Amino acid sequence: MPQMTDERVRAGMNREEDLSLLHEVSMKTAGVSHLEMCIQCGTCGGSCPVAEDMDHTPRMLFAMLRAGIREEVLRSNTPWLCVSCYHCVVRCPQEVHIADVMYTLKGMAIHAKLYTDSTAPHFSQTFVGMVETFGRGYELGLATRHYLRHFPLRLPGMMPMGFGMITKGRMAIIPKKIKHIDQLTKILNRAKQLELTS
Amino acid sequence: MNKYLLYPGCSMDSSAKAYMESLNSIVEPLDLHLEEIEDWNCCGATEYLGINLIPAYSLIARNLALATKQMNGTRTVVAPCSACYLNLAKADYYMQERPTLGAKVNEALAAGGLEYKAGTLDVRHLIDILVYDVGLEAIRSKVVRPLSGLKVVPYMGCMLPRPDYQHRWSDHEHPTELDDLLRALGADVIDYPLTTECCGGHMTQIGPESAFELIRRLISDASERSAHMMVTVCPMCQMNIDAYQNETNHFFGTNYHMPVLFFTQLMGLAFGKEPGKLGIGLELVSSRNALANLGIEVPVTQEPAAPRKKDEGLPMPRRWTKHEGRKEEMK
Repeated sequence: MPQMTDERVRAGMNREEDLSLLHEVSMKTAGVSHLEMCIQCGTCGGSCPVAEDMDHTPRMLFAMLRAGIREEVLRSNTPWLCVSCYHCVVRCPQEVHIADVMYTLKGMAIHAKLYTDSTAPHFSQTFVGMVETFGRGYELGLATRHYLRHFPLRLPGMMPMGFGMITKGRMAIIPKKIKHIDQLTKILNRAKQLELTS
Repeated sequence: MNKYLLYPGCSMDSSAKAYMESLNSIVEPLDLHLEEIEDWNCCGATEYLGINLIPAYSLIARNLALATKQMNGTRTVVAPCSACYLNLAKADYYMQERPTLGAKVNEALAAGGLEYKAGTLDVRHLIDILVYDVGLEAIRSKVVRPLSGLKVVPYMGCMLPRPDYQHRWSDHEHPTELDDLLRALGADVIDYPLTTECCGGHMTQIGPESAFELIRRLISDASERSAHMMVTVCPMCQMNIDAYQNETNHFFGTNYHMPVLFFTQLMGLAFGKEPGKLGIGLELVSSRNALANLGIEVPVTQEPAAPRKKDEGLPMPRRWTKHEGRKEEMK
């Protein structure tokens, strides 16, 4: 908790800031997130190729985290639009691990079931389901399930592409499975337990 | 002989088969020995990280743990895919930066009888190995068919030079490794300021309108610069620009035809290999006309038809562009 400094008292801010959300997100992020160091310069949003489609720019989202408005943050489409291009990360003067913070927020939104559009969470979950079952990605299974569920109207337009990919051998019909899938399952199960206790 | 451990990644034997085929045909002339990590698993791409932290990093670290068993004489893992490279490198780096993450990942790995001490391996991308270990001189010396007359834009993609915690690249936004390599092959390399802009990544699957705009920026700029083709180092970039170019064209009412090949395919051509051995022709936007500038004959492959015919005949809603907004029109 920050100290009540004279300046804060003079400014009439006699209530302590609640930074618990900010700290929670920071602690859940891989590496050392530097999230608390954000100076609200806006370089992230200015560097973002998809900022125009976002509900909030990353800078706004970080201010909202500091303000502790959990639900609004987790409902924002911003983390789901992040394309992980790391432009903001290398330009951030405070070296905030912005892309990794976005991953954390996605995970939190999934657990709290607060996302507004289910397309992206379902895609991630379907992808992960394939990886957990086979140990490898399975594009045809993933694409079929995902498009039928979320973009049925896109399917006719995509048929030539899918056909091309299959006939050129660029999309396998049968999934590949790793040899020691049982070992991977054990590792992931243990990891999931550890995630819950951390 | 230069020995490395190879982490191919899932796309190398499916959507990026051409990348693997062409890589296989250049290892011998360059005297590279790539030993595949046995029973490697998917790195989780950008999907697993967005669900759970410890499982995601444990999934990645299993590969690193398996690689340490094959370290015999090398500690370098090579990943040809930018996303795989980033995930492996990032896991290694974060396990050191946050020792508690490292400890938990190792606790999970122990359930499968594995362990990985962060920092044991060096994770590097294929082009890093080729430019900095093999060297441009050695590459130039193998060129028997210089690619002069072929105008290419080098497209590095975003995940390779960024975040670059290990400081491997010449620049985060305008790296020149790919330019230098293509120049060594004799190609006419065009300056391409968008070289590290994003191709949309998984947005083609979950938010196509955002993705199409990113793809449009890349291909329209390459096309304005009169490039014959784009050259990439990443399976995801190739997939998005190649397989979704048709849909992007349809979305914006444009008519771009911008083939995109892997840099290893051009290396193979310059080394005098047959196009058929390099996976040329597997791309959906055919590189046939582009390669004709080199006098190289590529077997005809059929391109996928446009999704819909021109909107003539029955009155149809006007084609819309992203900025005009479809939603408003439909209200």
